[in-house]
Amino acid sequence: MRFELTPRTNISPVMRAVAPVVAFITAFLIAGFVIWLMGRSPIAAFDVYVLQPLSDPWSLQELVVKATPLALIAIGLSYCFRANLWNIGAEGQYTMGAIFGSWLALNTHGTDAGLWVLPLMLLLSILGGALYGLIPAFLKTRFGVNEILTSLMLVYVAQQILDYLARGPWRDPKGFNFPQSVTFDPAATLPSILEESRVHYGAIFALVAILVTAVILGRTLFGYRLKLTGDAPRAAQFAGFSARSTTLAVFAISGGLAGLAGIVEVSGQIGQIQPSISNNYGFTAITVAFLGRLNPVGILIASLVVALTFIGGENAQILLKLPLDLTQAFQGILLMCVLAADAMVSYRIRFATRGGGK
Amino acid sequence: MKADVPPSGPPLVELKGISKRYGDLLANDGIDLSIEPGEIHALLGENGAGKSTLVKILYGVIEPSAGEIRWEGRPVTIGSPVEARALGLGMVFQHFSLFDELSVAENIAVALSNEWSLSTVRSKLGEISRTYGLALDADRAVWTLSAGERQRIEIVRCLLQNPRLLILDEPTSVLTPQEAEHLFTTLDRLSAEGCSILYISHKLEEVRRLCRRATILRAGRVVATIDPRASSAREIAALMVGNEVGEVRTDAPHQVKGEILRVSKLSMPPDGLHGQALRDIDLVVRSGEVVGIAGVAGNGQSELFAALSGERLADRADAIVIAGKPSGTLGIDARRRLSAAFVPEERLGHAAAPSHRLSENTLISHAAIEVSRSGFILMNAARRVARSIVQSFDVRTPEGDPQARKLSGGNLQKFVIGREIIRKPNLIIVDQPTWGVDAGAARLIRQALVDLSREGSAVLVVSQDLDELFEVADRMAVIHQGILSPLKPIGEWTKEAVGLEMLGVAQAQGGTRAV
Repeated sequence: MRFELTPRTNISPVMRAVAPVVAFITAFLIAGFVIWLMGRSPIAAFDVYVLQPLSDPWSLQELVVKATPLALIAIGLSYCFRANLWNIGAEGQYTMGAIFGSWLALNTHGTDAGLWVLPLMLLLSILGGALYGLIPAFLKTRFGVNEILTSLMLVYVAQQILDYLARGPWRDPKGFNFPQSVTFDPAATLPSILEESRVHYGAIFALVAILVTAVILGRTLFGYRLKLTGDAPRAAQFAGFSARSTTLAVFAISGGLAGLAGIVEVSGQIGQIQPSISNNYGFTAITVAFLGRLNPVGILIASLVVALTFIGGENAQILLKLPLDLTQAFQGILLMCVLAADAMVSYRIRFATRGGGK
Repeated sequence: MKADVPPSGPPLVELKGISKRYGDLLANDGIDLSIEPGEIHALLGENGAGKSTLVKILYGVIEPSAGEIRWEGRPVTIGSPVEARALGLGMVFQHFSLFDELSVAENIAVALSNEWSLSTVRSKLGEISRTYGLALDADRAVWTLSAGERQRIEIVRCLLQNPRLLILDEPTSVLTPQEAEHLFTTLDRLSAEGCSILYISHKLEEVRRLCRRATILRAGRVVATIDPRASSAREIAALMVGNEVGEVRTDAPHQVKGEILRVSKLSMPPDGLHGQALRDIDLVVRSGEVVGIAGVAGNGQSELFAALSGERLADRADAIVIAGKPSGTLGIDARRRLSAAFVPEERLGHAAAPSHRLSENTLISHAAIEVSRSGFILMNAARRVARSIVQSFDVRTPEGDPQARKLSGGNLQKFVIGREIIRKPNLIIVDQPTWGVDAGAARLIRQALVDLSREGSAVLVVSQDLDELFEVADRMAVIHQGILSPLKPIGEWTKEAVGLEMLGVAQAQGGTRAV
């Protein structure tokens, strides 16, 4: 007995639309089963994971705050992944963007530097992330080094640099030896959209990035270039799109957006430099990008869903004493279910017995 | 139109009502076929007619959806190529499956069961080589061999297992005329010894040379079983295509005018380990003429195409002059803007993106067609262009704007050539214009290229199909190991002379090297 995947000739748009819903339900059923095995009530868990965060205004804001860096990074990664280039190092580009932006914040600390500080910080973070993203791109185009390895390893380099800065030169002298910098001045802090709200301007940046990307990918020759490079690299070369410049461009774009996410989180949320500034956003965003099928609107939805699992996971840890690892497991289950559902929409599964001509 | 074969016991193999369904597509529809012992049986049909599917079923690569296979009158199930070989089937695929880095003997030993040691293989190899005139050096590395020699390895590999039925899929597509004739002699000898041969081809002349019975497939069904020697090539082609195939008309009045493409002393190192270097290529293509380049695959054709299209750049700008402008160092887009057009050999993945719709595939030539403005795609314009290509070049599509991969080989080739011709380029360079394309589409493509030249464009056709070049070219040269022979008017070439150039014999004998 073996099974075969045969491509479906007519893919119904209804199935395409229903597939992610089915995937979600399946993922919840699997997760519920795991929770039941652990001796907890799956229904209570569903309430804590999903219903409570969605019914509480504070949690809803928190949802947007957590979704912001995920969406920014994932939308950048979608440029790379569409062109079949594997930037796994968004976490490093995020960190480097935060470092570049924070440099200005710390150097203007205590001065009366005005409104120009924040925009310049944002630009610096984009520059930092882009430059850091260009390292694996350059190594690939110049020496043919696999970008997966270099981008991943550069994550740890960036994290060590951040660690050094937080414990060394950038440590607040009056901070009782805690490895953290001074708190950013108001001029270097990303403001909230509404007063008394935790949602900061980063959310707007993410929305703008999603809209602009939707136009670029759908309507421009550059968007087509990425699609063609990903689907048929020789045809892309034949179309006059050099693989070299495509690689450099998409790494710069995704690095830049990851860098922006870094400063947005540090300046809008944390308010200072410390050894840990990320919730694993750079890696989780890879999941987000694929959950969203590399589609800008899909990525928007996926970032909110994954943010929900973060918040629900924290709640479940507190209320149900469920381990935080379960959150990551659930994110993985969800991704597998979505990918499997997509595959089943495009292919028909057939179990065949050997030799039978049925 | 049934040919008479004296019944002498059951046929060696008999297919009854074989069908194979892929989704909505019926690739084989109730096919009946029988092969007698010692018979050379031809399987004829256009690309997409279902020949490959049928052969894969017979060789156990795919399962039929319905039908029965009888081997010497006894029903059998062939579940895998291993079972097929155990039964006595051998197959030589169109695309060789050889390891370039290994020697001839190693390649053969790898494919055989473990009982064969390298030394037995080596001695057996010598024996078979002598018996069948299949000269092979057991210790040569495969990458140093010509396509003809590689094919011999595949054949010897089958013969070592004493097959009762040998299947050959388009065996001459990579051979020179001399190599092909050599192959035919071998096949005749095998047949005389009682080995049956199923010979798959779309070349009518060789089928008539070899076979007494031919089964013709069209759209997955058997349309006729005939004696190919008793029917004319025209009649057979009509059966394959389903209507009469006309000839390419080249007699329209035309004037050969100024040169559009001049290549002078173009040399290029090989691209990668097994690439072919180009050496001092000189070539002129003038407005109003079709120039052909013949040669056996792998002698620098794809390298020449890459150099001329700008996918690989020359180190001197004046090595390639297009419309008076030194272009050797210009990229493909810049050359397109000089009104040059290119059609590479590979349709899927190079000329077109398989999963993209035809309208999107027009964007590949965006440098020369109006499908974008200041970086934005004009999707309506792209759809319009795709539609007009589909109409002007009779591209049969399953739906309005299908993905490229849903088109048959011939229809997609009409599309990618149409995409370039429709903008009336001053120069078009086509690599293998009708490779693996059905007769009807091939005629349409050749005619379109000839017509374009008669309207004043310069046309350069690189092809392994000699008949095609003799049909369309005004002047022709032969490429061998990266060296181009002198360019001569087509009337001054004979097939024998071309064959000698293809083998490099003419060069070795100090043939003239001037343009």
